[in-house]
Amino acid sequence: MGAEFVQFSLTPILIGTLAAIACALPGNFLILRRQALIGDAISHVVLPGIVVAFLLTGVVAAIPMLLGAAGAAVVAVILIEAVKRLGGIEPGAAMGVVFTTMFAAGVLILEQSDTSRVHLDVEHALMGNLESLIWFRADGWGSLLDPVALASLPDELPRIAIVCAMVVALTVLFWRWLKISTFDEGFAEALGIPSAAVGFGLVLTAAVAAVAAFDAVGSIIVIAMFICPPAAARLMTNRLERQVWWSVAFATLSAVLGYVLAGYGPLWFGATHAVSAAGMIAVVSGAILGLACLFGPHRSRIGIGRQDAA
Amino acid sequence: MVAAQDGRIAQEPPPSDAALAVRGLTVSYGEKPAVFSVDATFPAKTMSAIIGPNGAGKSTLLKAALGVIPRLSGEILVFGKPIDQARDRIAYVPQRASVDWDFPTTVLDVVQMGLYRKVGLLGRLSGAMAARARDCLARVGMQDFAHRQIGQLSGGQQQRVFLARALAQDADLYLLDEPFAGVDAATERAIIDVLKTLQSEGKAVVAVHHDLSTVRDYFDHVFLINVRRIAEGPVATTFTAETLQATYGGRLAATHLDELAVAGGAQ
Repeated sequence: MGAEFVQFSLTPILIGTLAAIACALPGNFLILRRQALIGDAISHVVLPGIVVAFLLTGVVAAIPMLLGAAGAAVVAVILIEAVKRLGGIEPGAAMGVVFTTMFAAGVLILEQSDTSRVHLDVEHALMGNLESLIWFRADGWGSLLDPVALASLPDELPRIAIVCAMVVALTVLFWRWLKISTFDEGFAEALGIPSAAVGFGLVLTAAVAAVAAFDAVGSIIVIAMFICPPAAARLMTNRLERQVWWSVAFATLSAVLGYVLAGYGPLWFGATHAVSAAGMIAVVSGAILGLACLFGPHRSRIGIGRQDAA
Repeated sequence: MVAAQDGRIAQEPPPSDAALAVRGLTVSYGEKPAVFSVDATFPAKTMSAIIGPNGAGKSTLLKAALGVIPRLSGEILVFGKPIDQARDRIAYVPQRASVDWDFPTTVLDVVQMGLYRKVGLLGRLSGAMAARARDCLARVGMQDFAHRQIGQLSGGQQQRVFLARALAQDADLYLLDEPFAGVDAATERAIIDVLKTLQSEGKAVVAVHHDLSTVRDYFDHVFLINVRRIAEGPVATTFTAETLQATYGGRLAATHLDELAVAGGAQ
């Protein structure tokens, strides 16, 4: 674990971990609000945003892509709310309608435009490019203190670090609002807590996390991290505070273990090529959820206690 | 029974005297109004019931008064002040079925939510406030369940926890949405005891209520609604066969009305 690790593995692992945590934190509240699919929705709807951003600027650069994706996510959130309220239908159906339509529009625009000379395709959108986010100038742990080497860190790292820090800060700052309005929206309103704004802010935060993570690691991780770590964490405890800590631990474990398994796992079995890190991270998070379902101390609550759900 | 003890309650008091005054409230979920142009006055220091058939807008009236759901029109005064200036004086018990009891939280945690207005968004829960939450649990006989996950409670126990949360709000006006729905007899007794104690301390209680047979035992003041206001006033004079007939239309059997009238006559 020396120079080679720092150069080739440290930054992808850090980026994967930060992306996983940034998605898992809002995911805790989304699954408790029965809005877990929104992560799925967001990762679908950003595609048209990214494609449109490319068509407008003609380059595949981080900033326009992020802006386009964020714009599409905001449009989708507004459309979902509009369909839900105007149509008077449940949130899941509204999301289904909106994200399918927007994803289809994205694919259509992508097909009709000439993106063959740039690295913009469905595979990139799904898997990201975690393995390529290496730190060229690093030559060992000492590089962490070397300003020249630090300046060549992949752009994705500071970007996802800032987003992750923002998500953590918002979760801490608005903890009471999130907890009370997620549990009992009517009571929260009666207390003077702006429940609707809290819900909207949560979805917006999730969208920002999804877009930042999407840029670095692709939509598979985004979808998996919104749901798997929080869902597994819910099976480990009956306290929201502890659930959030568990979800952070599971997200970190998925990212680290998934990256290592993708890089070295196939070699242990005699294969010659590594597999997709993003795919393996998602698989590990799914395996953790599976284990939590089988052995989690509070798994017995699955499927019971629903008679009170209105 | 302290109903209409000074004769003043029988008249419509000016809103500033009332614990809760609603003027011209209209709420609509779709094209049809759920509550239409309703005036309601709930007196201070009184136990009031909101009564009406299913879909008559009882819960809607309560939620719209609190601002939980938007109103098309209407003015709400709480102790003579606009609701947003009086939130510290209101406690609310939503319908038990309106929340997911599988939520990962404990009984004590739920009760502490009632302290939010005192603690604020970022304030620390002081030892005195934590003790207060435990005290509220004890008042509903749930002190031994403080650290249980809320999904492990029976329906009656869940309702008591909701009441304890409202007690923690330390309010002057308690609004309850069907507090006796689906609870056992012992819980109903415990809840009514707590509410009567609140009244004796000078608090006002307003409850959406379903069981017509207990209205005379539990409440002093009634508000009868079926989308529009049908009648309001002291139970003794307002809770009659005629007003019930007008509220429920043909949905209430004549025999049932007779029983209620007899019960009233016996009082």
